[in-house]
Amino acid sequence: MALIRSSSPHLHNAGSTPKIMRLLLIAALPGIAAMTFFFGWGTLIQIGWAMLLAIGFEAAIMKLRRRPVGFYLRDSSALVTALLLGLALPPFSPWWLTLVGIFVAIVIAKHLYGGLGNNPFNPAMVAYALLLVSFPVDMTRWTAPFVLQGDDGWHVLGLIDTFKVIFGALDHSAIDAFTSATPLDELRHRGGLTTEEAFRESNVLANGVGAWHAVAAAYFMGGVFLLYRKVFTWHTPVSMLGTLAAISTLFYLFAPDSFADPFFHLTMGATMLGAFFIATDPVTAATSNRGKLYYGAGIGLLVFVIRTWGSYPDAVAFAVLLMNLAAPFIDQYTQPRTYGHARPKRGLKEDA
Amino acid sequence: MGHVFAFHGGVHPPENKRQSTRSPIRQAPLPQHLVLPLSQHIGAPAEPLVKAGDTVLKGQRIAEAAGRVSAALHAPTSGVISAIGPYPVPHASGMEGTCIMLEADGEDRWIEHAGLADYRRVPKTELIDFIRNSGIAGMGGAGFPTDVKLHLSEDHIVNTLVINAAECEPYITADDMLMRERAGDIVAGIEVIAHLLEPSHILIGIEDNKPQAIKALEKALKGNPLNIDIRVVPTKYPSGGEKQLIKLLTDVEVPSGRIPADVGIVCQNVGTAHAIARAVHHGEPLISRIVTLTGDALGQPQNFETLLGTPYKLLLEASRINDRKLYRLVVGGPMMGFSVDNDQIPVIKSTNCLIAATHHEMPPAPPAQECIRCGLCEQVCPAELLPQQLYWFAKGRELDKAKHHNLFDCIECGACSYVCSSYIPLVQYYRNAKAEIRTEEAEQRKAEHARQRFEARQARLEAEKAEKEARRKARAEEAARNQAKKKDEVATAAPAANNGQSDIKTLKTAAAVARTKLKKAQKALDSARENGNADLATLESELQQAQQKADDAQKTLDAAERGEAAGAGQPDLKQLKTAAAVARTKLKQAEKALKNAEDKGLDGVEQLRLTVQELSAKAETAQQAYDAAEKGGTGGGADAARVAELKSDMDAARGKVEKAQKALDDAIASGSPAAEKMKAGVAKLQGKYDEARKAWEAAAGNAQPGASAEKVAELKADMDAARGKVEKAQQALDGAIASGSPAAEKMKAGVAKLQGKYDEARRAWEAAGGQDETPVAAAKPDLKALKQQVSIMRTKLKKAEKALDDGEGSEVEVQELRQRHDAAKAELDAAEQARVAEAAAVGVDLKQLQIDAAMARAAVTKAERALGKAADEERAPLEQALREASRKADELNQTLSRFE
Repeated sequence: MALIRSSSPHLHNAGSTPKIMRLLLIAALPGIAAMTFFFGWGTLIQIGWAMLLAIGFEAAIMKLRRRPVGFYLRDSSALVTALLLGLALPPFSPWWLTLVGIFVAIVIAKHLYGGLGNNPFNPAMVAYALLLVSFPVDMTRWTAPFVLQGDDGWHVLGLIDTFKVIFGALDHSAIDAFTSATPLDELRHRGGLTTEEAFRESNVLANGVGAWHAVAAAYFMGGVFLLYRKVFTWHTPVSMLGTLAAISTLFYLFAPDSFADPFFHLTMGATMLGAFFIATDPVTAATSNRGKLYYGAGIGLLVFVIRTWGSYPDAVAFAVLLMNLAAPFIDQYTQPRTYGHARPKRGLKEDA
Repeated sequence: MGHVFAFHGGVHPPENKRQSTRSPIRQAPLPQHLVLPLSQHIGAPAEPLVKAGDTVLKGQRIAEAAGRVSAALHAPTSGVISAIGPYPVPHASGMEGTCIMLEADGEDRWIEHAGLADYRRVPKTELIDFIRNSGIAGMGGAGFPTDVKLHLSEDHIVNTLVINAAECEPYITADDMLMRERAGDIVAGIEVIAHLLEPSHILIGIEDNKPQAIKALEKALKGNPLNIDIRVVPTKYPSGGEKQLIKLLTDVEVPSGRIPADVGIVCQNVGTAHAIARAVHHGEPLISRIVTLTGDALGQPQNFETLLGTPYKLLLEASRINDRKLYRLVVGGPMMGFSVDNDQIPVIKSTNCLIAATHHEMPPAPPAQECIRCGLCEQVCPAELLPQQLYWFAKGRELDKAKHHNLFDCIECGACSYVCSSYIPLVQYYRNAKAEIRTEEAEQRKAEHARQRFEARQARLEAEKAEKEARRKARAEEAARNQAKKKDEVATAAPAANNGQSDIKTLKTAAAVARTKLKKAQKALDSARENGNADLATLESELQQAQQKADDAQKTLDAAERGEAAGAGQPDLKQLKTAAAVARTKLKQAEKALKNAEDKGLDGVEQLRLTVQELSAKAETAQQAYDAAEKGGTGGGADAARVAELKSDMDAARGKVEKAQKALDDAIASGSPAAEKMKAGVAKLQGKYDEARKAWEAAAGNAQPGASAEKVAELKADMDAARGKVEKAQQALDGAIASGSPAAEKMKAGVAKLQGKYDEARRAWEAAGGQDETPVAAAKPDLKALKQQVSIMRTKLKKAEKALDDGEGSEVEVQELRQRHDAAKAELDAAEQARVAEAAAVGVDLKQLQIDAAMARAAVTKAERALGKAADEERAPLEQALREASRKADELNQTLSRFE
């Protein structure tokens, strides 16, 4: 009889970090499907390519850091990063754009900070922001949803052609027919038109927003699934979406001609993806329930501010990164009230 | 069934309780060897009452509670104590503890035992002591001595008694089975606890996964007059945690760092209630308990009624253990229990469960991954902590931050570890961090303590050093003064010799020394001359000085010898009188001491008696000598000589008074504790002086009625001296007032006193100027008495003279001093000499005081009364003022030895 001696507890829940990561991948499936359906094969190819790169970089870095490669690869965190970046990039982005992005995400934003659990910023968002700043043209050339191609069936660029476009074998001019600005861009660059006029004039705004609505709905479904599986708590997404809705409602009510309606804000761009897949990244978010409320609210507010008065096509990445910065501070001042204490503690020291 | 509240967090691990509840509680087999750790509870280990080889009966107390928080221990079965020594005890560390080893004799013979007939009639303290002596400690797992909790109603108001029947840990069914089968005993125990604590409300908290137990309890409670509620709480770990259960049942939170009683709640486990009932109603101490045997490695999971001290192995085997499948042996529940690697460890009072788990059942935790701050731990933490942050701080050794994040509110329930998606052994981190903080704090306390001790030691050493230095300085000054005094004595030997009392021998020696020095100087000069030394001038001047000194010394000697020759043949009345007075005083003191000793039945009474006899003989001798001298003096018509003797007697007394007064003033000015004592001494001396003056006045009036002019002159001098003293005292007083000295008040009184004396002296002088008869008339009885005694013994004069000689020694000094004192009052020299003289004068009393306390009787002369007062007051201050006294001791001893 060789008894082992170990510390309590002697039982463990089946839940594990790789499982959480895999749940995330599963939850993203509806969104991937919707993206593929409306914007063609590009998204799938980007995700696949990004995942390959992510695994490669992760393995290389683990090798460099002299850690068991297999053990760390199994946590699937690199796959999640790749997934998020793949979903965020324009479907026809060139291969090197993804490569740069993944490199930045995995090597710089994650492992240079100590690897999983130690990175202060969401790696995918760091990569996205860097790409957006560095390669604005490529990053703003979004694919037009197939519904704009006509009413007779599923008009998307073929799988092979998409490969060729992404990996440079086909000139970008070949896909000009399949590209368009995003609704957010259209609304931002509407000139002197009122919101209502823009929605009438712009092809995308008039006919294409449905695609984004559908994608948002898919992400929303995934998010609800994750909530149901208790991968994260409701605090961050509800707070973020609620704040965004509230702010946009407020402005829309006072100046409907100048501002988009709340529904538009909630469904366009990366709002839903951000709310359920990005802002909920626990590593970089505020940690207490109360903290998550502040954190989500901050993101919602910043999304609206940057979208309305900023010059970038979307604001989720910047909003998340800014709130990543604030998370440690939020953590200090949003400690829960411990059992038996009259009030929650604040700061890091007794006298704080 | 009342409302149930909720606590934050909690987890739902698989219950695994069914396996062990299929069969009723069975009696575990009687073990051959029992191992009984002395520490089966929280608190101080019990102290053994038996030794190896003792035969004990079942239920016999073999170890008693040591201290407030401790529990007694009883033999679980009859047998022989085989050893008391270290043995592995149930502890997470696998450590050893002191155990009593009991070899069972198999007879299981009970010691005589009986419960309390009616515990309600027994005083509560006795009832609690009874429970304490039954060795009952919390049976829920923590093992806190139960009697301590039962005392709580003394200083707390206990509103609610919570009976913990939650048994929230998976696997464990000991309480469940106990409730199912022995609900009656449990209720009886609850009644005892309720009797002691007098709660207004009793709540039994039980998880909803024990329907049979709930039913059994309900049945047992039917018709019970107590206000008992069974509150069924949802099954959720850790609802059985004391704080969590209290929150569940009452919605009250026990404040951090406090105990439930602080919010009017006391919590007891059902097992404890059962044990109390067994003890109070049946007189059975806590020697057995229900232990759940479960786990997949057992063929027959079940609950055992197990004797304490039973090794696990016996129980496992009785439950058909499959050794090959056994992977982990957990004591307690899977969430908070600890694993052991030794199946010889015994069951103790808090052992509620043994889980023989297979590898599949409790696999080793996978390697921990990085925390991704998923926050699951936070969601399940029943203490509402931030486990992820605590982990971060614990890992980074940021202990201050961990503490700030309420690390010490962690109850180590393991819920966070249970849900941790990265398999981080969080509880282990927290335990470690707590231990580190505790160690750190303990070290800080130790360091602080050490620092304080070090500082205290430094201060003490410095004080000692300073004192030493001061003593050294004082000694050096003393030596210097003594040196100076000696010189002075030699220099003033000539006038002293005129009185015929100076030590002619000393003068002779001084003269001889001076001559020797002169010769040496001469020699040195001669040799220097021969060698042509350059220092001739110096040597010559030295020679001249030496010559001068030698001449002086010779002159002094001659003068002294002449004086001696002139005075020879005249009995020294004054000396005799002093000797007689001293001898009388001594006798009285010795008598007093004897009386005291006899009263108190002290040792050495015989010795004292002898001393008294000796002293009385001495006193008689001295008195006779004096009387004889007096008679001879008056009979021989040598009135003038006698008056002169009395006069010098009086002068000496006055000199003493003056010196003493001066010393007193000094003492008061320096705030010396001896001041009171010295005051009394001064009063005494003043009394002596008065006496002496009366005697002199009487003698003078009698013998020289016409010599009033001389007497007036004397009185005038007295008056002047008194005025001088008053002036000086006034000066000192002014100085003291200016410096804000606390002695100022006293000094004021002293000045007033001196002023009074001065006035008195002035009146005396004025009276002497006109009418001489008055003081003579007043003094007459004294003189008569003296005359009566004078006729007795002239023959012993010689013998007494020796004693007198010593008595006079200080008097001469006094006279000298007074002369120089008049010449240069402000000089320190004179002051110091006065102090020395005073010390010598008081020294007589000091020595006598060491033998005895009270000196004087009530009805004697004024001087004697003062003397008695001085004795009473002197004793304590002298003891207190050891520093001053020790400095004086040598001089005093010298003085005293001369007196004896």
